[in-house]
Amino acid sequence: MGSLSSRAAVIPDVDSIRRETGFSQACLLRLHHRFQALDRDKKGYLSRMDLQQIGALAVNPLGDRIIDSFFPDRSQRVDFSGFVRVLAHFRPIEEEDSEIRDLKKPEPLNSRMNKLRFAFQLYDLDGDGKISWQEMLQVLRLMVGVQVTEEQLESITDRTVQEADEDGDGAVSFLEFAKSLEKMNVEQKMSIRILK
Amino acid sequence: MLRAALPLLALPLVGVAEEPPQKSGSPGEPPPGLALFRWQWHEVEAPYLVALWILVASLAKIVFHLSRKVTSLVPESCLLILLGLVLGGIVLAVAKKAEYQLEPGTFFLFLLPPIVLDSGYFMPSRLFFDNLGAILTYAVVGTLWNAFTTGAALWGLQQAGLVAPRVQAGFLDFLLFGSLISAVDPVAVLAVFEEVHVNETLFIIVFGESLLNDAVTVVLYKVCNSFVEMGSANVQATDYLKGVASLFVVSLGGAAVGLVFAFLLALTTRFTKRVRIIEPLLVFLLAYAAYLTAEMASLSAILAVTMCGLGCKKYVEANISHKSRTAVKYTMKTLASCAETVIFMLLGISAVDSSKWAWDSGLVLGTLVFILFFRALGVVLQTWVLNQFRLVPLDKIDQVVMSYGGLRGAVAFALVILLDRTKVPAKDYFVATTIVVVFFTVIVQGLTIKPLVKWLKVKRSEHHKPTLNQELHEHTFDHILAAVEDVVGHHGYHYWRDRWEQFDKKYLSQLLMRRSAYRIRDQIWDVYYRLNIRDAISFVDQGGHVLSSAGLTLPSMPSRNSVAETSVTNLLRESGSGACLDLQVIDTVRSGRDREDAVMHHLLCGGLYKPRRRYKASCSRHFISEDAQERQDKEIFQQNMKRRLESFKSTKHNICFTKSKPRLRKTGRRKKDGVANAEATNGKPPRDLGFQDTAAVILTVESDKEEESDSSETEKEDDEGIIFVARATSEVLQEGKVSGSLEVCPSPRIIPPSPTCAEKELPWKSGHGDLAVYVSSETTKIVPVDMQTGWNQSISSLESLASPPCTQAPTLTRLPPHPLSAEEPQAPLHLPSDPRPSFAFPPSLAKAGRSHSESSADIPQQQELQPLMGHKNRTHLSPGTANSHWCIPFNRGGRL
Repeated sequence: MGSLSSRAAVIPDVDSIRRETGFSQACLLRLHHRFQALDRDKKGYLSRMDLQQIGALAVNPLGDRIIDSFFPDRSQRVDFSGFVRVLAHFRPIEEEDSEIRDLKKPEPLNSRMNKLRFAFQLYDLDGDGKISWQEMLQVLRLMVGVQVTEEQLESITDRTVQEADEDGDGAVSFLEFAKSLEKMNVEQKMSIRILK
Repeated sequence: MLRAALPLLALPLVGVAEEPPQKSGSPGEPPPGLALFRWQWHEVEAPYLVALWILVASLAKIVFHLSRKVTSLVPESCLLILLGLVLGGIVLAVAKKAEYQLEPGTFFLFLLPPIVLDSGYFMPSRLFFDNLGAILTYAVVGTLWNAFTTGAALWGLQQAGLVAPRVQAGFLDFLLFGSLISAVDPVAVLAVFEEVHVNETLFIIVFGESLLNDAVTVVLYKVCNSFVEMGSANVQATDYLKGVASLFVVSLGGAAVGLVFAFLLALTTRFTKRVRIIEPLLVFLLAYAAYLTAEMASLSAILAVTMCGLGCKKYVEANISHKSRTAVKYTMKTLASCAETVIFMLLGISAVDSSKWAWDSGLVLGTLVFILFFRALGVVLQTWVLNQFRLVPLDKIDQVVMSYGGLRGAVAFALVILLDRTKVPAKDYFVATTIVVVFFTVIVQGLTIKPLVKWLKVKRSEHHKPTLNQELHEHTFDHILAAVEDVVGHHGYHYWRDRWEQFDKKYLSQLLMRRSAYRIRDQIWDVYYRLNIRDAISFVDQGGHVLSSAGLTLPSMPSRNSVAETSVTNLLRESGSGACLDLQVIDTVRSGRDREDAVMHHLLCGGLYKPRRRYKASCSRHFISEDAQERQDKEIFQQNMKRRLESFKSTKHNICFTKSKPRLRKTGRRKKDGVANAEATNGKPPRDLGFQDTAAVILTVESDKEEESDSSETEKEDDEGIIFVARATSEVLQEGKVSGSLEVCPSPRIIPPSPTCAEKELPWKSGHGDLAVYVSSETTKIVPVDMQTGWNQSISSLESLASPPCTQAPTLTRLPPHPLSAEEPQAPLHLPSDPRPSFAFPPSLAKAGRSHSESSADIPQQQELQPLMGHKNRTHLSPGTANSHWCIPFNRGGRL
């Protein structure tokens, strides 16, 4: 433990990061290690380029959008705390989380709603709080193989939007989005075991 | 009580089954010379008995299910075993010897494969692989643990003197026994768990374990058996090593055989395009070949079939036709259920044979206790370890169910029967113990697990319909997780899954899937497709219901006829009725080409659509073959469009359409007009709407729909056709809207009275329930919101009275002579399709309605109608042919 915390001291603001993200020290260390590995020029932050270097992301249909989500507000760099904050969405929900955290005001980053919100903002490109028809179509175009034609895509889009759209505004708001997934075990599906 | 009574009910049947063998003895020496009647029982004996047993089992199943109460309390497997006991007793009493027992050979070669194939093929693969770690742990470690602990504990029991000394068994014998008794049985687990409905994760873990532990069981059993045969003194260290090695050979070998056959199967089905009929057969043949091959090489046959089913499903399902899919599904389920039934029944019967039994209370009780105890202990230990790695830990309740769900079954029984008495002197004791264990687990645990699950409040599986959103978002989540794993630099499950999917997409699917199938193969698309089919089916069901309840085919008419109606109205309108302001507005928007298109489309729909439906309804095999899919697609799209239209009614459509492509622009514009109109009408209270108006609206919409379908039909290209449909539909919808709104302003000319009647007559005569259904529900749904009340009223009045609203009739009748004459020259051909549908009713109905109620005033009108109808009929009795004939040229024109 001693060595762990001393090594963790390398990380700037380690305590506040831990408090915010709920990551364990070991996990933070591992992430920091990874962060430094990604940061090739040792500049202390990551640029889009750094993330784009990850080969597998290039073949991920949502890869670019996920990279973008590391860079909120069009910033060009992300430091370690920002990096970890994004990853914190994928920390599995533990029982203690729900109990203890409720008392404090901020919702933990890995709450169901925040997990959903993370997914939501991947769809909502213009950030207006709604997944419009166009945005849905774009996502579907990414996700569905080339073999499905544009027309088919459009009808799928129609149906998808329509299915979730409850207030009839032709777009999916976050609440509608969450509602359409209420039966899904999002806590489980949006968690990665190693990010404890 | 009931439970006791049911087997008794089955007795007479049994008697029938028993008798033949009896008689067979007496006519042993047939009389010489020519016999008029010869009793050749022996020639048919074997297959006859098989058939009879299956029949008895099936009948028993039917009887069990006569009472829902019994089957909800008692698992079928219990009932079957009990029935088997009774039957066995009868056979024993009658034949004085035990017959018809569960032969290991029969069991392993014929009864087990269908069950395993069924479970492998329909295994939810995603769930299975998500939990593969846990499943493998329980299957391998758990089974080994159970076998060794149980065997060792029993040996200890014997050493302690609690087992009677006449049970001559050494440590190896007990180990052998432990290995065969320790394996959770897939058949029993499936039979019980299918009725319990625990949540999927729990189910897949227990069930997956029962399937995968076969390899371990087989190896353990064989190794121990050969050790016993060699004698413990001769076993050398290398033999243990070989034993361990054989575990890998048997399991991996079995899996490999399965995968190879899965590959072959998928590849074969890729080329069955012209011989669809053998597709289901191929599935069974190759899967069975996998089983036999594995068995031949003494690999794990269960594993082979499971992997075969699991591996081939995706590709096979994509390759084979829809009908073949259904055939495969049903045949598989039938065979499996059949085999399962027979297994349990034979198990019961075999238990009666006391010659195999040798009872030792110590052994039996000890085994029961150890089995339960070590199973529970094993589960708890393994779960503790697994939970360190699992994202979602298995909680205590899960563990209880898993321990308690460790049912033993026919596999153990068959294995114990296979023991060689000369090598294993305690075989009889083992047999008795196994039977008791199997009975105990299947009956006692099977009976109590349901209440237990309820009592513990185990999360049940909740069945909810898939939605597109869920599917889409689930994929998104997968991609997100894969990406995050990449970012974190951890190559975990998601990473490999992602890898695999890419590999599959790039190479495997290309290789194993028909090109057409591959092209449209996409999970999201798939869900979309399935949703549409489901909606279509439920829609038809609903419609059917409405129809039957109303006892009318009536509603169908409007739709059918509507097609013609619209075209006519369009023509009329185009030809320059300036009377209505709204009309004018629209006219300005419409281009000449549009008009042409519309007319053509209307014609088309009248002609092409109908025959299509008819084929569907009659299900004639000859027509389905190649384009069945395509047609289905179309139908689906229609359904879809209908729904969309509905939603468009609410404000939404504006948005959607503004977004849609330039292609839609003109329609969009028109739509706006239509909307405006609709709004105008909205202002009016529904009461104000004349029936005529509502009718008109409805009709036009309908017609548009049909038209769209027709237009789609014009494009026969495989997938393109589908695409076109989608677009077409939306356009059509728009049009429908527009025209509907147009119609709102009452223009007398619009309604051509005479054709309607004739049209009505036609569909009525042909009496296609389908059509009627289709139309009716659609119409109700399609009517714009504002109109809906009016429409509903009319519909309800229709249903209740079986007669048209009287108000409408007058308008129709009044107009006829004039429009008729005008139309006939212009478009005599339209008439068939034309059917002014809407509210015309078959004369008989109309009459009935009248007599029932209202309409004293209508009588004269009716008279007017009838002559018209007759006239029409004569000309257009065969709308299908006439239409199709005409469609083609029109179609071309439109294309140009």
